[in-house]
Amino acid sequence: MPDPILQLSGLEQVFDTKKGKVPAVGGIDLDVEPGKVLCLVGESGCGKTTTARAAAGLTRPTAGRVAFRGKTVAQMDAAERFTYRRAVQYIHQDPYAALNPTRTVYSTLTAGLRRHRLVKSKGEARERAADILRLVDLTPPASYLDSYPHQLSGGQRQRVNIARSLAMNPELLICDESTSMLDVSIRVSLLNTLGRLRDELNVGFLFITHDLAVAKYFAWDGEIAVMYLGKVVEHGPTPQVIGDPQHPYTKALIGAVCEPDPDLARSNRAVSTLRSAEIPSLTDLPSGCTFHPRCPAFEGGLCDADAPPLQPVGGRRLACHVVARDHGRTDRGHGRPARRDGGGQVTTWSA
Amino acid sequence: MRPVNDPILSVRDLEIAYRTGRKESVTAVSGVDLDLYQGQSLALVGESGCGKTTLGLGLLRLLPKLGRITSGTLLYRLKDGSHADLLGMGKEELRRFRWNQAAMVFQGAMNAFNPVARIFDHFADTLRDHADRKRWTKRAVERKAGELLETVRLDPDRVLPSYPHELSGGMKQRALIALAIALDPQVLVLDEPTTALDLLTQRQIVQQLHELRGKFGFTMVFITHDLGLAAELADRVATMYAGRIIETGSARDIFYSPKHPYTAGLINAVMPVHGDRPALESVPGYPPSLKAMPPGCAFHPRCALATEECKLAPVALDVLAERPEGMTHAAACLHHDRVGLDGGTGARLPSSTEGEATNA
Ligand SMILES: Nc1ncnc2c1ncn2[C@@H]1O[C@H](COP(=O)(O)OP(=O)(O)OP(=O)(O)O)[C@@H](O)[C@H]1O
Ligand SMILES: Nc1ncnc2c1ncn2[C@@H]1O[C@H](COP(=O)(O)OP(=O)(O)O)[C@@H](O)[C@H]1O
Ligand code: SF4
Ligand code: SF4
Ligand SMILES: [Mg+2]
Ligand SMILES: [Mg+2]
Repeated sequence: MPDPILQLSGLEQVFDTKKGKVPAVGGIDLDVEPGKVLCLVGESGCGKTTTARAAAGLTRPTAGRVAFRGKTVAQMDAAERFTYRRAVQYIHQDPYAALNPTRTVYSTLTAGLRRHRLVKSKGEARERAADILRLVDLTPPASYLDSYPHQLSGGQRQRVNIARSLAMNPELLICDESTSMLDVSIRVSLLNTLGRLRDELNVGFLFITHDLAVAKYFAWDGEIAVMYLGKVVEHGPTPQVIGDPQHPYTKALIGAVCEPDPDLARSNRAVSTLRSAEIPSLTDLPSGCTFHPRCPAFEGGLCDADAPPLQPVGGRRLACHVVARDHGRTDRGHGRPARRDGGGQVTTWSA
Repeated sequence: MRPVNDPILSVRDLEIAYRTGRKESVTAVSGVDLDLYQGQSLALVGESGCGKTTLGLGLLRLLPKLGRITSGTLLYRLKDGSHADLLGMGKEELRRFRWNQAAMVFQGAMNAFNPVARIFDHFADTLRDHADRKRWTKRAVERKAGELLETVRLDPDRVLPSYPHELSGGMKQRALIALAIALDPQVLVLDEPTTALDLLTQRQIVQQLHELRGKFGFTMVFITHDLGLAAELADRVATMYAGRIIETGSARDIFYSPKHPYTAGLINAVMPVHGDRPALESVPGYPPSLKAMPPGCAFHPRCALATEECKLAPVALDVLAERPEGMTHAAACLHHDRVGLDGGTGARLPSSTEGEATNA
């Protein structure tokens, strides 16, 4: 069984602000395996970026732990931390902000290589940079190596941004909305490139997006975790979560998608209506299930009393009192289900 | 009632250029012909930089300082039934035209709301600038703004005294739409009205636009690069590429039988959420630079169907199916008979050439 490269356990991130404590991430348990994709989806502000930054070691979680290849990041010695920094690469949400405008592509791509002494000579560095550019389809490399960011289009910049991470031979890529700013056609080709890295180089992905179609396309053989107000509310294999959503929030998200199909759009007008459009504030979270003020399946006395635990229901992990009850479960056992068999396949999601 | 074949807006051979230097300019939009009929909703789609915003701004003569309409006509049928060419209007006429006859919700306007003015002031300014100043007393503005905000399901008591930063993105966007229809325009241009909003908020705005259009009967031009949104909101779609409309037709024509390889490529690159997961290919390469337009059909460096003939002369829109009220299906492609959405017809373009055609 492949050990996870990344484990998040009980991860919490509380920010101290003038308005009080902001629990941006409220206890998350997730694993990423080599060559697999775990996709985090959810509305803006639900804690995706905060989770990603903690996973990348850019922030120190206020509780819980981040482990890389079984080793808790907070307890790493200097050498271990150096390896972790190389092996886990964070790709910033905004390709425009992420590249230094005064550096050529060559200089951007090789800065990390030189810092980590992964190349011995200038010639080797240039060769290495050219190889990486080919990997992200920026060919011929010679026509890009000496360019500055402003000479590149948005899609090309994002590729350079990704290429820089690839130069470090990463084992895990953390991509934060890496394709959101791109046109459809560029987006597809970039995702296809990333898919090759996953399949050919066994790179694991913590992939963050608010676009369910992108999540479905990229994480089809992997898993999706849906976040709401800092917590995972539904988590399971992608085809199950997207094709047969169970949590009322996931259902609302999927029902809200517009597909490029005019007849479908016209027949689909009766989308389930939320009770409220407002997302509650993290500083004043609703009691019980935090989705209850908006949830179309809300049951008074049940949903607003206790927070529903994330538990195995119908082939996935799910946090909903009503769906769990209707699946015939009464025990409120916490704890994580046995999830994988010896082949690394997801098999036993339901208890 | 109006005769059927009398469009509310008739655009002919519109060309728009931006000055880029002392004696230099680039043509961002050219050769646009468009007839819009009352109550229709037209989506302008295409990749970033293809000229959607420029065309949308041009329709109201709201171009930025360096932008200029260099030729063409923009004939509007006004509320009183008379016709007027927007390009012939003077400053005062334009002021009365805008917001009364046609209004716009700008791209990214949510973030461009004057941060130190309350929502009330935004309504007061718009109403007083574009209509009879004396009529709009504080009370009158409050009443009108309150009605408008209620039609987009915002609570006027909460929203009117608020500053923009006190509202969520979705609330701001709805307030902007209410503001745009304040003077009951016949034509409403919306530039990327839901981009940067969450999925659930997007859906809510889409539903409200449907309702508003049903209630007020305005004609809508909306600009988007989200084909799902176009399918949801549009009766008609026009695809733009490198400043030109290269295909136009009813939403069903465009989505079910596109006849330009670029439109087909865009549709094929959309990732579906429902149903199974097809392997997708992208349109290879990047759009051309305005300063170095390829000769002939501007799409030829990226086109899998291109032949020598395509590189010779510009390709004009060719009528494929005649339909009433501007719904005619037309495409600017010499080989449109070979274009389809299913594999084998050449519309699914090979991605192996990706990056070769990229010297933009
Ligand atoms: N003020 C300006 N000066 C010079 N060129 C401009 C100016 N504004 C736009 N352009 C150019 O005109 C072309 C069309 O721009 P436009 O903003 O209309 O594109 P768009 O289709 O709306 O793109 P997006 O989807 O990114 O909003 C682009 O090549 C752009 O670089
Ligand atoms: N440094 C910070 N200080 C205070 N609050 C923060 C900080 N970073 C994020 N937050 C808050 O935490 C929540 C989650 O943010 P984020 O992780 O960026 O969400 P997402 O990426 O899902 O949009 C938001 O309410 C945000 O305002
Ligand atoms: S627990 Fe209740 S409020 Fe929460 S998602 Fe389930 S049904 Fe809705
Ligand atoms: S005219 Fe030629 S190059 Fe242009 S889209 Fe048609 S086949 Fe392609
Ligand atoms: Mg984020
Ligand atoms: Mg635009």
